[in-house]
Amino acid sequence: MEIKTPLKDDVLERLRAGDRVFICGIIYTARDAAHARLFELLEKGEETPFPLEGQVIYYTGPAPAKAGWVIGSAGPTTSYRMDPYTPMLLKHGLKGMIGKGARSEEVKEAIRKYRAVYFAAVGGAAALISRSIKKAEIIAYPDLGTEAVRKIEVVNFPAIVINDIYGNDLYEEGVRAYQRLEF
Amino acid sequence: MRKIDCNAISEAVARLVIEANVFLPDDVLKALERGEREEESAVGKDIFRQIIKNNEIAASEGMPVCQDTGMAVIFVEIGNEVYIEGDLEKAINDGVRMGYRDGCLRKSIVNDPIKRVNTGDNTPAVIHYRFVRADHLKITVAPKGGGSENMSLVKMLKPADGKEGVRRLVLETVRAAGANPCPPIIVGIGLGGNFEKAALLAKEALLRPLDDRNPDPDIAAFEESLLEDINKLGIGPQGLGGRITALACKINTYPCHIASLPVGININCHVARHKSIEL
Ligand code: SF4
Repeated sequence: MEIKTPLKDDVLERLRAGDRVFICGIIYTARDAAHARLFELLEKGEETPFPLEGQVIYYTGPAPAKAGWVIGSAGPTTSYRMDPYTPMLLKHGLKGMIGKGARSEEVKEAIRKYRAVYFAAVGGAAALISRSIKKAEIIAYPDLGTEAVRKIEVVNFPAIVINDIYGNDLYEEGVRAYQRLEF
Repeated sequence: MRKIDCNAISEAVARLVIEANVFLPDDVLKALERGEREEESAVGKDIFRQIIKNNEIAASEGMPVCQDTGMAVIFVEIGNEVYIEGDLEKAINDGVRMGYRDGCLRKSIVNDPIKRVNTGDNTPAVIHYRFVRADHLKITVAPKGGGSENMSLVKMLKPADGKEGVRRLVLETVRAAGANPCPPIIVGIGLGGNFEKAALLAKEALLRPLDDRNPDPDIAAFEESLLEDINKLGIGPQGLGGRITALACKINTYPCHIASLPVGININCHVARHKSIEL
């Protein structure tokens, strides 16, 4: 299914854990260090360098672009490290996150409460994913290098819904279906 | 005595860090193809296909397989019959600096674990030296990403915990890691030695060819049964559920103290990079 950013209510209501989606539109990159800064701004009641309302954050720190390229390899990083900051961002209108790996109970609760979606991209498929990135521009925190916030335009960015607004969790369901060992 | 010049070492390291990050070893590519054939979950199969496609794109475009081009972990075997002219450690770090710059590899190292300012050139590397009877200098570069490294651990078990204790610890560790280390993973296990030796054994286990057999038949059997158990956990490719959670499980052992059973578990992702050269 193809979906467009920013994420609107009707899309959020349609998405279910396990859906494979192709994301099109503008998304923002941010990982550990940028999250710490965004969190601090929100705590102080200050404005963030990009509007959070309806937006999608992609947890990635891309490799440098070769000459003539938009971006280097850019796969997802592990999401749990952003967990301490995520409920605050969701509270301020963030609607989607792309990363890899399970989220904390607090984050899953906040995803339900604020009606947002957590997507996974294939960790390690960074060269493949970079092909769906058509434009990239650093819009905040250039001092952070790879961890700077980039505004990127994606076309058919491949992802899969892990946590939906209904409280489903694909990691739990998927593993349950194949588990053959209790210990 | 053969003389080896430090510039040659820097150039070799620069080339190795780039090649290791762009081209995965053949045994890893083969294991991924086999995984694609054997995985039962449709989503899992598709993930294998994306991973294989990714590796092809990386190789043909000369770009890193993964954006996390890792901390440069470097094993150096120094033969007693070579003489290195200059500062070996500096030569290695110079090579890392050049390779990460020229190969458009990501700079992922911060100067201090608490202050956390990026060093900007991916130095310093973590270097392990070993002295051997030989007339070569062998350098192995094994860039290691944070996602899988973060899921690793060392635990000091009791001798009474035995093999079953080791098995439980491995399964618990892999289960807790879930999707975080980008499965399909490779599990490197260090058994014995002491606290730091167990970790190093585990890391060295990750350098073994995926299709080799441990020369100790008991350990070889343990590796096989552990791999089977790991693959019954159901985690599957990318943790979305499936048969193939790990491509391989490798155990390296060492004698240990009468009071201890040290276990190191080093998890690697499917982007299992390493490349060697002999100078
Ligand atoms: S765990 Fe491996 S594949 Fe996953 S992001 Fe890190 S380096 Fe890449």
